[in-house]
Amino acid sequence: MARTFTEAAIAGIGATEFSKASGRSELQLAAECAKAACDDAGVDPRDIDGMITFTIDNSDEITLARCLGVKDLAYTTRIPGGGAAAAATIFQAMALVNAGVCKNVLIWRAMNERSQYRFGQPSTDFKGYTNGHGTGTLLWNIPFGAMTPASWGALQAQRYLWKYGLTNADLAHVCVQQRKYAATNPNAWFYQKPITVEDHQASKWIVEPVLRLLDCCQESDGGVAFLVTSLDRARDLKQKPVRITGACQSIPYNVEVIANFHHADMTEMPEAKGVAKRLWEMTGLKPTDMQAAMLYDAFSPHVLLQLEGFGFCKPGEAAAFVKSGGMAIDGALPVNTNGGLSGEAYIHGMNSMAEGVRQIRGTSVNQVTKKTVEHVLVSSGMAGAVLSKD
Amino acid sequence: MLGLPLSLQLTAFSSDTENPMTDVAPPPDAPKPIRLPPIVTMESKEFWEAADKEEFIGQKCSDCGTFRFPPQPMCAHCHSLQREDVQLSGYGTVHSWCMPRHPPPFGFREPPIVAVIQLQEGTRFVSNVVGVKIEDMRQDMEVEVCFEDTMNKHKVPVFKRRGS
Repeated sequence: MARTFTEAAIAGIGATEFSKASGRSELQLAAECAKAACDDAGVDPRDIDGMITFTIDNSDEITLARCLGVKDLAYTTRIPGGGAAAAATIFQAMALVNAGVCKNVLIWRAMNERSQYRFGQPSTDFKGYTNGHGTGTLLWNIPFGAMTPASWGALQAQRYLWKYGLTNADLAHVCVQQRKYAATNPNAWFYQKPITVEDHQASKWIVEPVLRLLDCCQESDGGVAFLVTSLDRARDLKQKPVRITGACQSIPYNVEVIANFHHADMTEMPEAKGVAKRLWEMTGLKPTDMQAAMLYDAFSPHVLLQLEGFGFCKPGEAAAFVKSGGMAIDGALPVNTNGGLSGEAYIHGMNSMAEGVRQIRGTSVNQVTKKTVEHVLVSSGMAGAVLSKD
Repeated sequence: MLGLPLSLQLTAFSSDTENPMTDVAPPPDAPKPIRLPPIVTMESKEFWEAADKEEFIGQKCSDCGTFRFPPQPMCAHCHSLQREDVQLSGYGTVHSWCMPRHPPPFGFREPPIVAVIQLQEGTRFVSNVVGVKIEDMRQDMEVEVCFEDTMNKHKVPVFKRRGS
């Protein structure tokens, strides 16, 4: 039988509440969000035949499959890179469906990274530094006091800020906008809690002179899942299909997750540029074809670096773009309309990708209405996807 | 794979032992080093052993002469497995820097300045800049290597203003 290319779509999204203390195990959160994604799609969880997550998730594939009663799992994978791999799950689910390997791919992420352990604290669990979990050179930084994601992220961003004459005050506008979105999102931890530039500037230094508290993503408990299937099948399911028009990963030479200090030009994000190049080639689309973008915002400077990496702004111009309202709901490119990882929750990038699905469906609480949402970019830096209306 | 030395280092971090960093009360005259020792892997062993002797070394391809960091078995340029550890000049510039303040990093009595040092040989190395106040930090300032003690009688390369 000839093998054919099958178009893929996101048929379901599911999530638990986002909190600081879920009161239940990560496995339970995983099972709950997975079931919710299946229910959203109208797919029996027992019919899942592919499962994808990424490293630093503590729930075992088989244990979760057993919770869901999965009858016959055809494929599992766990993508390296932690949060940088968030959008790679969509890419790999798409590829599995394209190739006809799987019919119903579950993507999941569930963590108690506030109540059970602290993601932002100096790690007392070296699992996060070992091969496949994190990155190559993190171990080298520990004796020098760079032992949190914020310290690595700041070290990565400082030269960028310096090169373009920016300071921490220029980052405030990213944070204020995201908290404005969160303030109108009942699922966001910071629902009804907007901030001002002054609040941002009054928040304490986490890593001077780059990151203040309000530049950082949250530590959250919660789970998010997606159900990916073929476009044809999705058309017969409960929700309007969200097409995965294109998706890819890019890990250029000498680039690594978060301890990204060894590639040629530290004032840019080569992985985002690499993803952009592949994605725009693959889809035939361009930045101006996107009506919204969900960009991984572990720390505020990375929003700017991705805006530039994907070609929405020229190098060094993203801060001015944001300050002028570019990422606001009526701006040229609404970004992180759920409030992002700083405003809504930090489910390792997955919750912002779910917002991308809602924007295509037209169901976001902060729905973009200025233009019809045809295409949304979701990016986790080392991977990205274009989600589109059917 | 990480070698045995890592698992030995891990004991300093296991959650059921007290944090070695928080309850150190140094005598005023001879403060004991509280900086964390390096985490030694199969690939980094030679580097840290040299550092203990106050030598700052780098790995170079024996065939094509390309420097690389981190140390690795194969040259990405010519794929040779032949490699040698050579003394580096110890000179470089501050390529990027910051001061982690909260939560306070383990191993420091005062917040350190962490910097990506652009080494003269072309590779980069994350370290500290010592003896320079945060307000005096300058991008691309010239620095040179020196060494500081860690717990467990090890040493790590740090950087001071060149000529200071």
